[in-house]
Amino acid sequence: MASDDIWILGIKMTKFGKHADKDTVDLAAEAAMAAMADGGVTMADMGVLAAGCLMGGGGLGQQLQKQIGQTGIPVYNVSNACATGATALRTVIMALKAGECDMGLAVGVEKLAGAGLLGAGGKPKSDKNVYEPSGRYGAVVPTDGRIGTDNMPGVFAQVGMEYGHKYGGATFELFAKISEKNHMHSTLNPLAAYSKAMSLEQIMGDMMIAYPNTRPMCSANCDGAAAAVLVTGAKLKTLSLEQQRRAVKVSASVLTSDPYEEACQILPNVNTLTRRAAKQAYEQAGVGPSDLNLVELHDCFATAELVHYDNLMLCEEGGAVDFFNSGAPFRDGARPVNVSGGLQSKGHPIAATGIANVWEVCHHLRGEAGPRQIEGAKVGLAHVIGLGSACGIHILEKSAA
Amino acid sequence: MSKQIPVVDYLVLGDSPHLVAHECTSCGARFFDRRNACAGCFGTTFKPVSIATDGEVRAFTIVAFAAPGVAVPFVSAVVDCGGTSVRGNIINTEPDPDHVKLSMKVRLVTTSIGTDDDGTEAIGFGFEPIS
Ligand SMILES: [Zn+2]
Repeated sequence: MASDDIWILGIKMTKFGKHADKDTVDLAAEAAMAAMADGGVTMADMGVLAAGCLMGGGGLGQQLQKQIGQTGIPVYNVSNACATGATALRTVIMALKAGECDMGLAVGVEKLAGAGLLGAGGKPKSDKNVYEPSGRYGAVVPTDGRIGTDNMPGVFAQVGMEYGHKYGGATFELFAKISEKNHMHSTLNPLAAYSKAMSLEQIMGDMMIAYPNTRPMCSANCDGAAAAVLVTGAKLKTLSLEQQRRAVKVSASVLTSDPYEEACQILPNVNTLTRRAAKQAYEQAGVGPSDLNLVELHDCFATAELVHYDNLMLCEEGGAVDFFNSGAPFRDGARPVNVSGGLQSKGHPIAATGIANVWEVCHHLRGEAGPRQIEGAKVGLAHVIGLGSACGIHILEKSAA
Repeated sequence: MSKQIPVVDYLVLGDSPHLVAHECTSCGARFFDRRNACAGCFGTTFKPVSIATDGEVRAFTIVAFAAPGVAVPFVSAVVDCGGTSVRGNIINTEPDPDHVKLSMKVRLVTTSIGTDDDGTEAIGFGFEPIS
């Protein structure tokens, strides 16, 4: 192992779902302590901590330290929409690459159970009923719902429909089939918030949230946390052979934001920044899409999964529909996608998601995924996107040791 | 006639209602909001341009839940108006996938949003199918 490589030494996610008796610090502590135990290290070994909790206000990192160990190390509280977890990972990796320390901890946590659908809330105007233009559009009433939609299921529905407009074939039934796949995958994941298979008829017949996304085609709000311990190659060489054997190499770590393009301020363009991040990640890792044994991508809605097949270059440009219909993204296919069940069934505790999907990939690369193990997995990719926008991609490789 | 106010400042009322954008004089990028600079080329000079009122639906969704005061279901869409993308609702048709289609031709129309305590009427806009 090269000294300047970065490795995941320990990683863990909590069960996703309802944790009524635990607060965000409890969940973050559970994941962080489990990740350190998994890596055979303690807070005394950590040189940096990056922590994210999107809805919980600031300061999670220090609150966490006060429960699991106040060692005086620098804390970075990060916030980057649904890419917050990936941003925490990336922050620790940058500190390691900069040579500031040789080991660090990244944590993401969220409590969302019962929060309803993201982005559906409006901001009512004040009591007085006199129209007065305000904001960057000089609006006299809230524009959400009157001039298009701000709600996440609707925004991502349009993202999928736009792909259909460009390339064809993206029907309601196709999107529902993508969801059927992920719900089927979730039956093998005991940590998923929902782990029941759903038939195509059930999915299509469920409550319509924003056509063509019905309720089971939307990511599930839930509570959960995930944490990872990262280490430099130089430090890893000094650790035990068992630690070296279970360590997973971070072959690429990339974070992008959305570059300007016509229409990107009308409907968020989730394609440009994902494609850029993927290109950079494949270059960094020296692997191509056909080398990937599994992919965890950001299926916040069924309509989003389709476009990311293309953005991550798992298929030819414009070929996402054919790629899905070929069976490739199923767990027994050529390029398994979201074998964890994806955000639609595993759940989406926002700031935890970008570390939990890395955990899923590591779980398979270490050969520890039990009944849902992708046999012989050597290389995997984890992708998240947060609107606004931020895209995080990590490519992970099994240890050669 | 009672006073009217556009729902947003980029909607121009009058005999032929239309939208106006700020066009970057360096790169031609168009924006509907108040600008500090251009997101494409960082230029700081803009000129107002009128946007075509006819367009084609490039993406849509039918939203079933919304904030209080917003009628549901409603159709949100991205409309290509002569090369400029515009966000708006599809109105004056049934909000279902049998009546709203990708690539459908539409035109901008105005609609009353309400009247405030001073008697001022807010005028919004949407796109209706061209039959
Ligand atoms: Zn410009």
